[in-house]
Amino acid sequence: MEILISNSSQKPIYTQIADQIRKHILTGRLKDGDTMPSIRALAKELHVSVITTKTAYQELEREGLLEAVKGKGFYVSAKQGEALKEQKNVQIKKGLQEIIEESKALGISLEELIDLVKRMYS
Amino acid sequence: MDKILELENVTKEYKNFKLDNISFSLEKGYIMGLVGPNGSGKTTTIKLIMNLLSKNSGEIKVFGLDNSLDEKAIKERIGFVYDDNIYPLGLKLSKIALLIAPFYKTWNQELFNQYMKKFQLDPQSSLEKLSKGMKTKFAIVMALSHKPDLIIMDEPTSGLDPIFRRELLEMLQEIIEDGNCSVLFSSHITSDLEKIADYITFMDKGRVVLSDTYVNIVENYRLVKASEEIIKKERNKFLSYRCNSFGGEGLCKNWHSLQNEYPDKIVLEKPTIEDIMYYISKREEVEC
Repeated sequence: MEILISNSSQKPIYTQIADQIRKHILTGRLKDGDTMPSIRALAKELHVSVITTKTAYQELEREGLLEAVKGKGFYVSAKQGEALKEQKNVQIKKGLQEIIEESKALGISLEELIDLVKRMYS
Repeated sequence: MDKILELENVTKEYKNFKLDNISFSLEKGYIMGLVGPNGSGKTTTIKLIMNLLSKNSGEIKVFGLDNSLDEKAIKERIGFVYDDNIYPLGLKLSKIALLIAPFYKTWNQELFNQYMKKFQLDPQSSLEKLSKGMKTKFAIVMALSHKPDLIIMDEPTSGLDPIFRRELLEMLQEIIEDGNCSVLFSSHITSDLEKIADYITFMDKGRVVLSDTYVNIVENYRLVKASEEIIKKERNKFLSYRCNSFGGEGLCKNWHSLQNEYPDKIVLEKPTIEDIMYYISKREEVEC
């Protein structure tokens, strides 16, 4: 599992860590029931403070993506991940709908729009 | 939460300096950085904790025990690195270890040898032949070799090259990984603290100005850049600020309201510890 941190980013480091773990869960690289590294081990590996990794895990726990088992550590709870993915899908569809309508209004063709998306995606 | 170190309303008065009502605490398993300009009271605070100075009033508890009544029991469990060399200069390093070891029940000679090797220190060389950085390395070895539960260091990284500084920080992280050991260290090299400190305590003119988690501090404050007009108008929202002919910048706590009011007119940046230290020491009469 990769976690890459940028010190020059405006995003706080704990958000960067949480974002990347979330991505790993949503893309299935972390699976339901997987054991997460301990807060302290992760802090040591990433060379960040313990509170930073703790805050990241707590954020994911609030979202239901991680589950804390007392005395044992954190586990991936991917069921919640599926629900979140579903939710995000709905959001994306809604956003796309708006873009499509606006494109139609401006006379942008489907090909042109796909082309634009392709260029921006990569 | 287990408090490993607690200072409550500690005051120490000198003729021309007063450590004024210092309070902060550190939990088991975490790292705290003590920062502040020269003469802000960092070393005095550390010396009071170590009972090398006696306080005028207040309470200092280490491992839940009074720091002067239970001094002996406490010091067994503290690894201390002074900002100056304290060991006899003419002796060999191995000899110094031999002299100091009996003072600690938990002294671990094997650990000592390991650290000496790791830090590339020769036990047979005499202390006076070592450079300043090497002396500091040796002091760190001595502090760690009795497996302390609390490590206190006064400016440990100031004489060290960047490579060893990084190694030291990694080592501290390894040591606290099991959650049983805490670290308090003062430093001017604030980038070291940014990497690993869980808590930061800012001192200025003998007072604790701010003591919080690093995460909270960086979230709560922003460096705001704006025109002089905006800064002067909103001056009470700034801890302190400075202006030049092209605008100005300052440190701001309630930055959300400024962001809402002048969305396109100001630039917000995450402050570094150094930024916060600078603007705190420049402030006149603003509370945090």
